[in-house]
Amino acid sequence: MEYYLVVSTIMMFVGIYGFLTRRNLLAMLISVELILNSVDINFVVFNRFLFPGQLEGFFFSLFAIGISAAETAVAIAIIINIYRNMRNIQVKNLNKMKW
Amino acid sequence: MEYTILILLLPLLSFLLIGLLGTRLKPVAAGAFGTTVTGIVAALSYWTAFRFFGAGRNADGIYATQIPWNMEWLPFGGNLQIDLGILLDPISVMMLVVISTVSFMVHIYSFGYMKGETGFQRYYSFLSLFTMSMLGLVVATNIFQMYIFWELVGVSSYLLIGFYYTKKEAVAASKKAFIVTRFADLGFLIGILIYGFYTGSFSFTPDASVIGTAKIFLPLALGLMFVGGAGKSAMFPLHIWLPDAMEGPTPVSALIHAATMVVAGVYLVARMFPLFIEYAPAVLHVTAYVGAFTALYAAVVACVQSDIKRVLAFSTISQIGFMIVALGVCTSADPHEGGLGYMASMFHLFTHAMFKALLFLGAGCIIHAVHSNEMSAMGGLRKYMPVTHITFLVACLAIAGIWPLSGFFSKDEILAACFNFSPVMGWVMTFIAGLTAFYMFRLYYSIFWGKENKELHAEHTPHEAPMTMTIPLIFLAAVTLAAGWIPFGEFVSSNGQAYHIHIDWAVAATSLCVAAAGIALATWMYLREDRRVADGLATRFSGLHRAAYRRFYIDEIYQFITHRIIFACISAPIAWFDRHVVDGFMNLQAWIAEKLSWAIKGMQSGYVQKYGIWFLGGALCLTIVLLLI
Repeated sequence: MEYYLVVSTIMMFVGIYGFLTRRNLLAMLISVELILNSVDINFVVFNRFLFPGQLEGFFFSLFAIGISAAETAVAIAIIINIYRNMRNIQVKNLNKMKW
Repeated sequence: MEYTILILLLPLLSFLLIGLLGTRLKPVAAGAFGTTVTGIVAALSYWTAFRFFGAGRNADGIYATQIPWNMEWLPFGGNLQIDLGILLDPISVMMLVVISTVSFMVHIYSFGYMKGETGFQRYYSFLSLFTMSMLGLVVATNIFQMYIFWELVGVSSYLLIGFYYTKKEAVAASKKAFIVTRFADLGFLIGILIYGFYTGSFSFTPDASVIGTAKIFLPLALGLMFVGGAGKSAMFPLHIWLPDAMEGPTPVSALIHAATMVVAGVYLVARMFPLFIEYAPAVLHVTAYVGAFTALYAAVVACVQSDIKRVLAFSTISQIGFMIVALGVCTSADPHEGGLGYMASMFHLFTHAMFKALLFLGAGCIIHAVHSNEMSAMGGLRKYMPVTHITFLVACLAIAGIWPLSGFFSKDEILAACFNFSPVMGWVMTFIAGLTAFYMFRLYYSIFWGKENKELHAEHTPHEAPMTMTIPLIFLAAVTLAAGWIPFGEFVSSNGQAYHIHIDWAVAATSLCVAAAGIALATWMYLREDRRVADGLATRFSGLHRAAYRRFYIDEIYQFITHRIIFACISAPIAWFDRHVVDGFMNLQAWIAEKLSWAIKGMQSGYVQKYGIWFLGGALCLTIVLLLI
């Protein structure tokens, strides 16, 4: 069980690191997906090892995958629109919304 | 008698219809509609009176009070509630007749008087509103309904005084009328609330068992109610609005400020009379002294005014003083021993409404003819305006109290009641009656006799008023001639039982002599063209004359008190406190919030990743805190 958790933890922090350091919106999106997937792994692992007779964890991870697919679609749509308007997707250029 | 509700609903309908359609209605159509409705209301009132008095007395010898229509309007919990309804008893039926008659006459008269005015439709809709509220006031089943209509009457009076709203004086006069009466109504409202709190009902006749505990507070409540009544009825020192209210159109003065609204205070005291006489006779006598002083004051001022409507206004104040005195001198509810004043007051209210409306409408004809309110523009008008002249003379004789006109009978009853109370009161009121005769005939001679204002009349010859204006005059003059012979005591008396009016010839002879003396004095001073005596007296007592002409500076005293004392010493510091301390505190808060937001707005940089770091840091901090605890 610990091995799975180690993998998921690594994925989580890789995701966070990527989210904070990447300058490209697409790369940031991928990082967010990494974080989500690490959480999914956690759900599955805890369900499998701690409550083997029950299925809530599996269902919840399926549910989270579905949601993240939708979320990715929305995010991609936003990024494409940003690209159309600004001709690039570098985060540092996207400061129009500040005070 | 459920149809009595129509008496209120028809004028309301007329007000809404004429008011909403406004100028889309032709002036003639609006006037005709309003007049027709008032005519129907008058007919209904007569029919109601006929049915009411025709039904006969019940076993106790009184006309049974009827409530043909009543609905619970505002329940307050407990047994306190406000009803709306219609109450018919001798005085309310009598008032229905008076109001609808005068209102109908004024509606007809206004056709001629207001012809061609802008806002003709507005005028008629306001008249309907007034008629509705005044009728509602008199048929109120409880004191709170009375109060509601009381305020409605005040509003319509305000609207009609300020009818010429482009004229500065009219606007000021309407504001003054509204504020002064409103100020007095504050007393009325407090009185009602005390009354309702301690007796547990707003009814005019609370249960005797409930009264027991409330006895100590009843005089206070009734006294405060009288303050409201004094405001509406222009009792000293709240009379200041009435002379100024003459800025309104003259028919309005006739209807509101002579015949109906200003007697609302008298009606109120009469309505609460059983309570007054039983629980607060001292308060009742105080009203008598207030009334007597007002009557004297107004009569003196009326002797020197030069504006004919002002003279009539002060004469109205004086006559209302008479009515209040008559109510105030009652010492018991039995008309045979000390309760005569009640009947006398109501009788005088009735006759006064007719002849004072007649005087005002006559004055309207004169103003219409010479285009001025000042007596100096008049004089010698009897040749030009015969109908106005005769009817005006009838009204003057009536108000002076000459037999056999209506004023003689009612005033005689009042004086008899005063003599019953105390000889001093009787003689004072007799003297005031003499003054009344004097100033009315001074007015009469100055208008119709005396020196003609030749140059003014040359460029604009006075002419008799049109038919629409003279017919109401003739009708009211006929009523004035006949009303004295109505056996009024058979219908209205303090305990409801029949009272046969018998003229006390000792009192009557005195009052006739005094009235004749007043008339003779006026004739001697004002009939001739040069008026040597009058002018001589005016110069000899110039100080007194000027003081009386300026109404003994009461308005100036009010001006001083309100502006110099209340506004300068109380309102101004409060205004300063509000502007600088209260507003200042609010401004300080806004200023702090603004500065704070300027200081921290840099955090909202627009860089998503910075937000991410902050978010992560925050989440970590929370985790650490949760772990440590």
